[in-house]
Amino acid sequence: MQTSSSSIKRRDFIRLTGLTGAGFLMGLSVKGENGVAAVANLTDAVQSFELSPFVLIENTGKITIFNTKPEIGQGVFQSVPSLIAEELEVSLDQVTIKQTGGEKQYGPMQFAGGSMSIRSGYNDLRKVGAAAREMLIATAAKRWGVPVDECYAENAKVYHKSSGKSLGYGELADDASKLEVPKSPKLKDPKDFKILGKATPKPDVPLKSSGRAKFGIDVSVPGMVYASIEHCPVFGAKLLSYDDSATKNVKGVLRVETCNRKFGPYTYEAVAVIAENYWAAFMGRRALKVKWDMQGNEKFNSKAYEQKLRDLSKSEGVIDMNEGDFDKTFTESANKVEAFYETPMVSHSPIEPMNCVASWYDDNKLEIWASTQVPGSIKNEIPKEYGIDPENLKVNVMFNGGGFGRRLYLDVIHEAVQLTKKLGKPVKVVWTREDDTQLGPFRPMTFSAMKGAVSAEGKAIAFQHKVISPTIDYNPKYDKTKADRTMTEGISEQKYEIPNMKNLFVLADMHVPLAAWRAVTSTTLAFPHECFIDELAVKAKKDPMQFRLDMLTKDTDTKKVLLKLKEVSNWDKPLPKGWGRGVAQYEFFAGLCGYVIEVSKKEKGVKIERVIAVIDLGTVVNPDTVKAQVEGAAVMALTAAIKNGITFENGKTVQTNYHNNPLVRINEMPKVEVHILANGGPTIKGVGEPGLPPFAPALCNAIYAATGKRIRKLPFDINNIV
Amino acid sequence: MVVTSGADAVKAVDQLYSFLNLKIDYMPNYELNINNKTYQLEAEANMPLLWAIRDYAGLTGTKFGCGMAQCGACTVHVDGNPVRSCSYPVASAVGKKITTIEGISENIDHAVQKAWIELQVPQCGYCQSGQIMSAVALLNKKPKPSDADIDAAMQGNLCRCGTYQRIRAAIHRAAELAQ
Repeated sequence: MQTSSSSIKRRDFIRLTGLTGAGFLMGLSVKGENGVAAVANLTDAVQSFELSPFVLIENTGKITIFNTKPEIGQGVFQSVPSLIAEELEVSLDQVTIKQTGGEKQYGPMQFAGGSMSIRSGYNDLRKVGAAAREMLIATAAKRWGVPVDECYAENAKVYHKSSGKSLGYGELADDASKLEVPKSPKLKDPKDFKILGKATPKPDVPLKSSGRAKFGIDVSVPGMVYASIEHCPVFGAKLLSYDDSATKNVKGVLRVETCNRKFGPYTYEAVAVIAENYWAAFMGRRALKVKWDMQGNEKFNSKAYEQKLRDLSKSEGVIDMNEGDFDKTFTESANKVEAFYETPMVSHSPIEPMNCVASWYDDNKLEIWASTQVPGSIKNEIPKEYGIDPENLKVNVMFNGGGFGRRLYLDVIHEAVQLTKKLGKPVKVVWTREDDTQLGPFRPMTFSAMKGAVSAEGKAIAFQHKVISPTIDYNPKYDKTKADRTMTEGISEQKYEIPNMKNLFVLADMHVPLAAWRAVTSTTLAFPHECFIDELAVKAKKDPMQFRLDMLTKDTDTKKVLLKLKEVSNWDKPLPKGWGRGVAQYEFFAGLCGYVIEVSKKEKGVKIERVIAVIDLGTVVNPDTVKAQVEGAAVMALTAAIKNGITFENGKTVQTNYHNNPLVRINEMPKVEVHILANGGPTIKGVGEPGLPPFAPALCNAIYAATGKRIRKLPFDINNIV
Repeated sequence: MVVTSGADAVKAVDQLYSFLNLKIDYMPNYELNINNKTYQLEAEANMPLLWAIRDYAGLTGTKFGCGMAQCGACTVHVDGNPVRSCSYPVASAVGKKITTIEGISENIDHAVQKAWIELQVPQCGYCQSGQIMSAVALLNKKPKPSDADIDAAMQGNLCRCGTYQRIRAAIHRAAELAQ
């Protein structure tokens, strides 16, 4: 790792013109030391030429592709550069991939979140690659004095068809970079794709199979000191005083400083122990005696809060969606069902603990190394907060040891920046697992009051999903008079044709920091929504699959997913005695996935025998990555369904580490079979998140089918159901 | 230990952290053999081996995950046995042969690594050094492990991304490749 920016002398600047549909990508000129050359750490001996900010070709033939999407395990280190490489006619092993750090020329989409990476870049990044290819071909054609259409690009070279002569990209880059960027480059026909749509190996896999991949926590810079930070586990406590006399006797401890953890509307006070190495900082922190004023928040208990949500469910709430006449239909119906569902708060718990290295130097310059999902936000927010020019901030995006939404937030980055500013030397902040487990932010719980009615013919005629929850939306302009669409995510977007529907939202206050978690609120709402659909099917005396399909007369993606699930699961084939089969799907902002799960009765509990997933994508970039994402989503959803959630006693988080906030282990993982629906359609759906929401309801519907026991509260003990 | 309340949790942490309070005579200088290389370091006796490997030897392939032998991200071999280096005092490692992920092959060509690459096991990759070290130790003892053997040997290694299905398949594949 180097702190200094490159000193390359750029021979000239290339003014790039706008590209239709990709203006933010290519319509900017790149100048100066903070441009791409600095990011690439080039040496003076090599000349490099930009064909856009995203593609850099050196005269040696070395090709660098810049990736705006942080790699958090979702595979974008392969999939996103592939969009450019495919059209540029290079393979990924001919390319060096560099992560961007929020630099202006790479636009506003420098983040990993919302299952957006492929969806947001699919067309624009292909155009970037195609434009560069056309510039290289035009240069070769001119040099040979032949028409452009007699030339083609392949394997990082441009060929002349009839003569067979060729020129490498390195030989063409200088002249090519002086051309106008084509406004509407011709994209390849998908049938000619060499990378896209294929199960291409990921270039980060060998690095991650040998300890060579560098995560944020692995960063080390000269002169760096370490910080371990004591926060109060009671949120909102004020720091009264601290006694660091024992701390200062720990060998290696250098200083004790205060800092603030900034998260959303909150500023949490904290005390940092600075030391020569991590262990000394941690031991110094253990010796620290801190006094806090709890501000009354030590009275907070999960049991009381959950009861408050149950009480709140009796209030009407605000309308999320209202079609037909739910109230009248429900009141007059002879076949109605009511049920109340509860889900827990959970932690993100990525295995890489929160950390950040920051270096404040030359009075007003800053460099940050971080495992982060949001380099763009760092570049926007940190300079504002600490009064420096954004040009004086360099952000280095490292491999993320898991994201899941946790690394969308800058709280730990703020701490590192404050400490390096105070100390005037580079600081590495590393949280403990206990910090990570106890301090949040957490996925909030949602409680759901469900009502429905079926007709004498067994059709759903009335449906209501009322969500009672706190919110993760900290916008100061939050409007309490309207339904919080983040917290009602997906409940009014399901495709079932039910004539009378009225969905509602009731907001609950909460002082604990809350956050988006992989698949956000759909991870809690799909469970009541799709289990209650099953409850209605039972009331209607219908098969749960057929009951759903009967409500889907129109040709929708939801219907396609269910039909595919029915086919690949052999839904109509009888199961052995003591087994049960359940289905669920959930469509929400990130995409659409469905499961059929089979369980068997085993002693007091059930065993998951089979998990079949169908994910609907439209277009697929790497089918193996898609399968991996859904396999992993199933495990994460299983953990959220059957393992401890996060709870509070006397204001403090009860859970501390993996022994009492456990994750599913290898012996508990069922075999997951993934089917991809990709018809090549223009709508591209997300991959990273859709595999979570429908898992728990499919499992609980299967458990009902096997045991007759309806599970309405998560988490539950899978080994003790009956 | 089954944890059912906050009080239990505190007790469990104290129990698991009890090694921190070990009374070991102060020994400022240690000589460690890591991947057949000798490292001299000055550290507190109760410092876990993990931090000697990461902060002193600069070998960052071994990861910090939980600090209490619950996640396995820090797994290394001590005299060939898989050990959670986050809960193994550095003083106990003196005179023993320590192997980290960096020490199992020069060119990423150990059978387990080849299988990991062939089956594209890692997602975020953070836990994978520990997973691989546990898998290597398993295959050294049982060249043809059953699913039950894999469950037993790999249960101590958490993966939040959920790569378990591929880990299982890759261990079977590595067993074939090593034949």
